[in-house]
Amino acid sequence: MSTHQLDARRLLCPMPVIRTQNCIKTLDSGDILEVTCTDPGALIDVPTWCRINGHRVINTITNENEICITIEVDGS
Amino acid sequence: MLAAQVMLEQGIHVEGINFFTGFCVEGHTHAIRKQDKAKPKRNNALWTAERLGIKLHIIDVIEEYKDIVINPKHGYGAHINPCLDCKGFMVKKAREWMEENDFDFIITGEVIGQRPMSQRKDTMPVIARESGALDRLLRPLCAQNLAPTLPEQEGWVDRERLYGFSGRSRKPQIALAQEFGISDFAQPAGGCCFLTDPAYSTKLQDLWQQRGEKTYEIDDIMLLKVGRHLRPRPHFKLIIGREDGENRFLEGYRRQFTTLQASSHNGPLVLLDGHYNEDDLQLAARIVARYSQGRDANAVDIDITHHDKDATQTLSVPPMSNNDIPREWFV
Repeated sequence: MSTHQLDARRLLCPMPVIRTQNCIKTLDSGDILEVTCTDPGALIDVPTWCRINGHRVINTITNENEICITIEVDGS
Repeated sequence: MLAAQVMLEQGIHVEGINFFTGFCVEGHTHAIRKQDKAKPKRNNALWTAERLGIKLHIIDVIEEYKDIVINPKHGYGAHINPCLDCKGFMVKKAREWMEENDFDFIITGEVIGQRPMSQRKDTMPVIARESGALDRLLRPLCAQNLAPTLPEQEGWVDRERLYGFSGRSRKPQIALAQEFGISDFAQPAGGCCFLTDPAYSTKLQDLWQQRGEKTYEIDDIMLLKVGRHLRPRPHFKLIIGREDGENRFLEGYRRQFTTLQASSHNGPLVLLDGHYNEDDLQLAARIVARYSQGRDANAVDIDITHHDKDATQTLSVPPMSNNDIPREWFV
């Protein structure tokens, strides 16, 4: 199991979802992906994409300008 | 959504594909504009997939899609909407995905006569042929009006449990949705693509005209969605933020564009796109002053930051009056 980072800042939805999807394709089951976004829409879209594709959102941190979503690959 | 549900009712395994062209209306506009902050920012494709309990694959086709917008074989609709080429392209991409992922056929929610360009009895076979999907393209909502496709001939799908909808009315679809217990659904297609929007199409045509060629990058088409666009001279235009959300979005382009903003009064961030000389800067500054809170002042200080020189100059200018801004400057 390894931890990876994805910078999706300044991208508007659905690009953060697409980048997350494409990144997760290259990861192994149980890997952790930390996605950093600035589009508030990602707060809904990335977890929705994870739910329907069998991944688990472990943590979400929101501050004034950035959102960090931590995902466990195939964690559902 | 409905076509997928019809398949699910027959026990067929369905996965969704959503193509991102860069011209989608919903996500970006919501993300940029402050006035839309109160609305839910759900992505309708994702929401629909979750509601149906199916997987969804979102595919970035921005680069490949350029050729569809720039050189549509079948031409444009009322604006810069290449609907027939677009549909053929998307079904072709879906066919490629189907082959790569060992799926058997493609379904779409098309209905004969629903749309004036891509959903006519004479154009629907064009999509099947040009996409290469041929008889592996099934339209469950109007299948009974069309020749049986491979899934029907092979008995993978029961043709009797498909539908024969036609025409522009959505009433039969809404009634069927109610039968399935679907009460909340995404806005029907048509208003979801910027290329069908007259104001957006005008801006894109203006961009092509000034460049002397039909090309674009993703930043170009994003910026056409944002702000008030004024072209006071053929060689430059101004993109003026209309509210805080747009100003924040335009901030991200400071390194790519020369920017103007009032420093003596509150005012929008403005990008200057094109070439300019000192006279042009004076003119631009007076326009920017007009859109600041100093519009009634004798003079407004405008900071001009040149992206290529990493330097800022300040011009003190009288704001242009509303009457001095010709209507034809507005793109």
